[in-house]
Amino acid sequence: MTLINEFRDKDLILALSELIKRESVKPLNIMEICGGHTHSIMKFGLTGLVGEKINFVHGPGCPVCIMPKSRIDEAVKIASRDDVILCTLADMLKVPGSITSLQKLRADGADIRALYSPLDCIKIAQENLSKNIIFFAIGFETTTPMTASLMQKTVELGIKNLFFHINHVTVPAPVRAIMDDESVKIDAFLGPSHVSVITGYEIYEDIAKDYKRPIAVSGFEPLDIMDSVLNLVRQQNAGTYNVYNEYARVVSRSGNLKAKELINRYFEPCDFNWRGLGVIKDSGMKIRQEFSYLDARMKFDCEVNSKAESKACICGEILRGRAKPYDCKIFAKACTPKNPIGSCMVSSEGACAAYFKYAKEAI
Amino acid sequence: MCLSIPSKVLEIDENNVALVETLGVTRRVSLDLISDTVKVGEYVLIHVGYAMEKIDTKFALESLEIYKKIAEDMANGEIDEDEGDMGLSAMSEKR
Repeated sequence: MTLINEFRDKDLILALSELIKRESVKPLNIMEICGGHTHSIMKFGLTGLVGEKINFVHGPGCPVCIMPKSRIDEAVKIASRDDVILCTLADMLKVPGSITSLQKLRADGADIRALYSPLDCIKIAQENLSKNIIFFAIGFETTTPMTASLMQKTVELGIKNLFFHINHVTVPAPVRAIMDDESVKIDAFLGPSHVSVITGYEIYEDIAKDYKRPIAVSGFEPLDIMDSVLNLVRQQNAGTYNVYNEYARVVSRSGNLKAKELINRYFEPCDFNWRGLGVIKDSGMKIRQEFSYLDARMKFDCEVNSKAESKACICGEILRGRAKPYDCKIFAKACTPKNPIGSCMVSSEGACAAYFKYAKEAI
Repeated sequence: MCLSIPSKVLEIDENNVALVETLGVTRRVSLDLISDTVKVGEYVLIHVGYAMEKIDTKFALESLEIYKKIAEDMANGEIDEDEGDMGLSAMSEKR
């Protein structure tokens, strides 16, 4: 589609770069909540285009990065059973748990499948009636409705051998947890693109007001991010803290109502233990009591003794915006994309992986 | 995992599944999360096998026009920092 190339137009990006540099008068620490933004910022070299006043801080918005070892250990325990086929999105396979990863377990013979779409589980369940199919569900509000849609199809079709291990999380709770930490210095936020397609940008309005911080919901293209940064600079100069919807071509104030309704029908909030951040109240989703017969954590023994995170790894500090990847002693040494120690190196959208790939010269 | 790009709808079948094209690659995605009617030729944002939302291409093109205007004004030395223009936000509010 030509729109993609248009939103990467060099002349337009340079014009915005010039404006940002010209209008930035004070230092501005902008946390990009979403790992997709981290990836784009590094891939397109935007740190070099926004001037020295702007400091991008990488936030907790990557579902792979924030997955605690214990949840992966649970998946490994279930997937080790002979009567189970475990299905998940490909991003999760490489993530190391306490002992192994799903990828290594698969190499050892377990039936673990990477899906293109959650809906693929239906066919797998219908073709393997003697097996229990487990969908290991991950992601923020972006992917939660897809899981809910699969649950709805499971109920409608009367499928009896498909169960759900839910690891869905939400954006507002960790943002508030980070802002409540007084050692964190964030002046403004880039709001996640695709989370906002589902939730609408209204979920940031109270955060902007409560913490007096401007928020720009931004698309992933370089022009999107540059325009959003310019807006945040101008809001800083004007002393305002509004929610700016740069990504209006797909994001509305109220979001995708059909998707939100599906989420509410099948899920309710619960506490979630974020890798690197710890337990955050009401930051995750669990299956409602009415549909608990679909819950893999109820059906299977999931008790695990997970090991603590590596002491050398500072992913928690990085996800809070208190450190950069190259502040970590094991970054690009013991911890690399081929042998990730910390969660931020595992996913290609993790801050450490993005720095490893695109910013070697900065190390 | 969050990166998804605009895809053009080529066909829609009776199960509300669309054949979409993304940069020359075709795939099938569910339209179950979209409340609006989706027509062949329109663009949708897809993510893990689902269309998440329709893309307002008209608005996207209008946004690009504004950026082009900014670039032209800068080239002509006509940009006024005190205009109070907040990028596209003024435009968003009109919608």
